[in-house]
Amino acid sequence: MSQVSPGPPRMGFFTDTSVCIGCKACEVACKEWNAIPEDGLNLTGMSLDNTEKLDANTWRHVAFIEQRKPLAFQEPGVRHTGPVPDLATPPAEAPMTPMTPGEPGDLRWLMASDVCKHCTHAACLDVCPTGALFRTEFDTVVVQADVCNGCGYCIPACPYGVIDQRKEDGRAWKCTMCYDRIGDGLQPACAKACPTESIQYGPLDELRERASERLDTMHAAGVTDARLYGDDPNDGVGGTGAFFLLLDEPEVYGLPPDPVATTRDLPAMWRHAALAAAGLVGAGVIACLRSS
Amino acid sequence: MGRPRDALTGVAAGRRRRRGRGEQPVVPDAQFTSYYGRPVVKRPVWRTLDIAGYLFVGGLAGSSSVLAAGAHFTDRPTLARAGKITAAGGVVVAAVLLVHDLGRPERFVNMLRVFKPTSPMSVGSWLLSGYGPAAGLAAVSAVTGRLPRLGTLATVGAGLIGPTITTYTAALISDTAVPAWHGGHREMPYVFAGSGASAAGGLGLLAAPVWENTPARRMALMGGIVELAAYRLMEHRLGMVAEPYRTGTAGWLVRASEALTVAGLAGAVLGRRNRLVCAVSGGALVSASAFMRFGIFKAGVASAEDPKYTVGPQRERLNARDGSGIGRV
Repeated sequence: MSQVSPGPPRMGFFTDTSVCIGCKACEVACKEWNAIPEDGLNLTGMSLDNTEKLDANTWRHVAFIEQRKPLAFQEPGVRHTGPVPDLATPPAEAPMTPMTPGEPGDLRWLMASDVCKHCTHAACLDVCPTGALFRTEFDTVVVQADVCNGCGYCIPACPYGVIDQRKEDGRAWKCTMCYDRIGDGLQPACAKACPTESIQYGPLDELRERASERLDTMHAAGVTDARLYGDDPNDGVGGTGAFFLLLDEPEVYGLPPDPVATTRDLPAMWRHAALAAAGLVGAGVIACLRSS
Repeated sequence: MGRPRDALTGVAAGRRRRRGRGEQPVVPDAQFTSYYGRPVVKRPVWRTLDIAGYLFVGGLAGSSSVLAAGAHFTDRPTLARAGKITAAGGVVVAAVLLVHDLGRPERFVNMLRVFKPTSPMSVGSWLLSGYGPAAGLAAVSAVTGRLPRLGTLATVGAGLIGPTITTYTAALISDTAVPAWHGGHREMPYVFAGSGASAAGGLGLLAAPVWENTPARRMALMGGIVELAAYRLMEHRLGMVAEPYRTGTAGWLVRASEALTVAGLAGAVLGRRNRLVCAVSGGALVSASAFMRFGIFKAGVASAEDPKYTVGPQRERLNARDGSGIGRV
């Protein structure tokens, strides 16, 4: 047998939400490249988030969170001490100006671009009965649209609520990490479009190192709330191929705080199901015994 | 679903408890953070009538095959025939429901493209494709009297595969991130086995004359008692995630099921010499099984729709592991 080539390294996303500016270029680039159908133009009242969630027609979703929490440290570097230039409303009559006194830093705005996590132990892939979901040579998880029969099992199996059914076509859809781009050495569309490098694409090992350095920098700068999410290979999904630097607890962003791939407990489920089935056979035998 | 507009994150989380009937909480609801009250996991897209219906029909059919096989070998022909016809009819209905629920029904045969033990739906598809022909053959032979040897063989086959049809569906729904299903994954197979046995027994009581219905009564008794006990155990283990089983549509479905089971068992025992009482009791048991499956289905959907059932247990688990929360270095 000839030598087995090692194949490409595991590729992933590191989404550093601390530099996300909420521009949604990732959402647009994703929709454009993947030719995802338009799915409504709604005003939700959820801050500037009118996309609401990841689903069959949204593979990148930018969350907006407004919080009454102090920023770790603010230094504008600009002092508004000089005379105020002429304004339409004189400052004395204006309800609020940049110089209106108040508690500083008691509002912060979190923005985060969410995406399929491409789990190491992917529940969607495990439960897929047709083999439509498969693991690529980049260790990403992709649905083959020509195989999927729309059974819908992957949808409640995902611990992050990512994959969903496209109603008008019946099949399940989610982020492919631009499988058709990365094979040609291109970046996924979202990472390419991100103007602040909040979305970084690359070999997962490199990204994890970079993320760990970034976390140290943030802690040193006094942002003690910063934490990595999905970088731990010992978590319930074996670590994720798309991981995040968050500035608050995961549930604030709509992410599960301790996700577990449901199939971790499947051996126990099969054991109990087998035992229960055996019990049923036993019950049938006992029920039909003739008293002598 | 109404969209909470005032749900500033970092403040309160779960949907407010609706006022009205139902159990009053002894402990006030713990507060969990969420993103504008939006669900974390996706609710199943399965249609209630299709999939809850399948959970019931599959359980009834599989357990009926067991009872039919037992009756077949102990010379209770009416009971055996009723069980075989129920099983065969049930498996046809089940197949229709399952194919109808697919997003791409014309691709149903893709279910047999691979065999994956990690997917209860794949395992179930293969089980059903073995069980269906066996149950069908057993019924055809019983009704026509032809091919008695093959019929006997099919009766044995259906009797052995039938129980797995009854219980694999418990693994199927528990193997999801739906909190009220996954949290009950240890007890669910026993609830399903009990519910299926009780329904099969009920159908036997409905169909067989009093001199043949002893196995049906025993089956119903064993099944009903196991179902009630396993369900209570599951509810206890679920803790706060048991709430969706007690409230709303799921709440009344489960309560109705329990009442019907108790009434059906009492009638089956006390009215054992009366054909009519036996039949009515049997009907009560069959419908109790259906109510239970629909209740469990509805409870699962409700638990997926409210983020508190996803976040709450996970947050508690994390806090128990280390007080500081995830990744906080």
